[in-house]
Amino acid sequence: MSDGIIRLKFDILPNDMSAAGEASSGVKKVLNQLGVEPQKIKKAAIAMYEAEINAVIHGGGGIAEVVIDKEYIEVKIRDEGPGIADIELAMQEGYSTASDEIREMGFGAGMGLPNMKRYSDKLVIESEVGKGTTVTIVVNL
Amino acid sequence: MFDVETYFHSVRLDEERCKGCTNCIKRCPTEAIRVRKGKARIIDERCIDCGECIRVCPYHAKKAITDPCDIISLYKYKVVIPAPSIYGQFKNAASRNHILTALKAIGFDEVYEVARAAEIVTNATKELISASASIKPYISSACPAVVRLIQVRFPSLIDNIIKLESPMEVAARIVKKRIEAELNIPQEDIGVFFISPCAAKATSVKAPYETDKSFVDGVISIKDIFLKVLNGLGRVKRPEELEQAGLDGIRWANSGGESLALGTDKFLAVDGIHNVITILEEIENDRIEDVDFIEALACTGGCLGGPLTVENVYVAKTRLKKFIDQARDKDFSKHGQGGDDALMWTGNVEYKPVMKLDKDFTKAMKKLEILETINKDLPGLDCGACGAPSCRALAEDIVRGSAIETDCIFKLREKVRELAVQMMELETKMPPVLDCERKKGK
Repeated sequence: MSDGIIRLKFDILPNDMSAAGEASSGVKKVLNQLGVEPQKIKKAAIAMYEAEINAVIHGGGGIAEVVIDKEYIEVKIRDEGPGIADIELAMQEGYSTASDEIREMGFGAGMGLPNMKRYSDKLVIESEVGKGTTVTIVVNL
Repeated sequence: MFDVETYFHSVRLDEERCKGCTNCIKRCPTEAIRVRKGKARIIDERCIDCGECIRVCPYHAKKAITDPCDIISLYKYKVVIPAPSIYGQFKNAASRNHILTALKAIGFDEVYEVARAAEIVTNATKELISASASIKPYISSACPAVVRLIQVRFPSLIDNIIKLESPMEVAARIVKKRIEAELNIPQEDIGVFFISPCAAKATSVKAPYETDKSFVDGVISIKDIFLKVLNGLGRVKRPEELEQAGLDGIRWANSGGESLALGTDKFLAVDGIHNVITILEEIENDRIEDVDFIEALACTGGCLGGPLTVENVYVAKTRLKKFIDQARDKDFSKHGQGGDDALMWTGNVEYKPVMKLDKDFTKAMKKLEILETINKDLPGLDCGACGAPSCRALAEDIVRGSAIETDCIFKLREKVRELAVQMMELETKMPPVLDCERKKGK
């Protein structure tokens, strides 16, 4: 501690859609306490929420690590799910591999990754089939 | 009228009645209450006047500041504008005209239904929604507690708020201007009094955000005027023809009523402050699709569930239904004038960063870091015994300098035990001059 950087860690539970969003909600609260501009909080919250949902739906849960510095907020969401075979394809709007059950719940419309890209200033997706996926979202403050 | 203060809000504490229990601190949606010195204290700048604490307090120690009924004697010409929720309060009322006649008989010169003004606001809202597709979804500003909640907790949604005057404000302005013109009475001699189901409306009049000064001169709670109307009701033999609103207007008292009046399917109606928070979170996360309009009301069941009403919200709903059916047969709503630009707010709501830990970002970071460390070390039981609503709130109070770690009874106990262990240890140590068992050289 005491390097002027804030680090937060959240567990993302597998298959629990009702708990999904708790991590991004917690981060939102923290950013509010720091007095970060509302529109930037919104960007970070939406991008993180989408990544969180993905980790629940596809990744079998995972962990979210959040770093808040003076200039930026970085959200790293890691899962040990099946991984993404073709990242470019996955980035396309409307492309989805979600099951029918998930779609019936109103998720899995293929907007997750495109939304993450839209709301973040930097997005890095590292994935290996069979090993898992790490999504890194950066929003400049 | 009531006192002017920097952060005016209507919800207050009755010191005598407060036992210092933790019921209210746990229910407050903005964590605005702490128990100190055996009494609940409201942090003024955080209070949104939702009235949740009034409802939950078992000792009735939370009250709302409204005006007494005799305030009307201060004005020459007296007009009463009742909220639609008044219609759900009386068991034996045959029609709205009966209720309005009894209400007028208390000492008013005129009655104008806020429900009628609600229809005007509905028309303006329809135009606004169809004119602009850039903002989605629009959030109704009908409930002032929700507007204030957005200011404090959901600043990114401020742009989504419909900046149209409330039916109360529209009603007051219409009657005042008309009486001034038709009866040639100066505005300062006309007193317009709102009969209110809630504390938040009283705040809207005293500290309005939509305009500089409200056209309403006093806010009387339904609770305070209830018995007077009830007594009068029995004496109403031939009611006056006072009702002007159609079913669209009076339905506003119910959750979902404002939405139904808009005639669109693309609405979402949510009531109860904690449910409202959930939905606002969803909107912030971009999760609400295909919805143009959000009706969000702080009280469960809508205004009929207001903390200053008399009748149980579900009973009141059934009663209101009768009047909705009556209004359906009459159907006044057709003759309404359209929305006009004058309904737009002249003022605006701003982000109130009351949750901010420090004005300086670097200092806020530092405080947050300490906050997180303290929080990790607290038991996480959220028992409330420290006077804060949760362990995290206590950690926040500590970094803000308004609490100390040993306010936590578990922390205190830990400290006491450590001290006891140390004392036991010290007790075994004897000074050398008294210690017979001490061996040489030790």
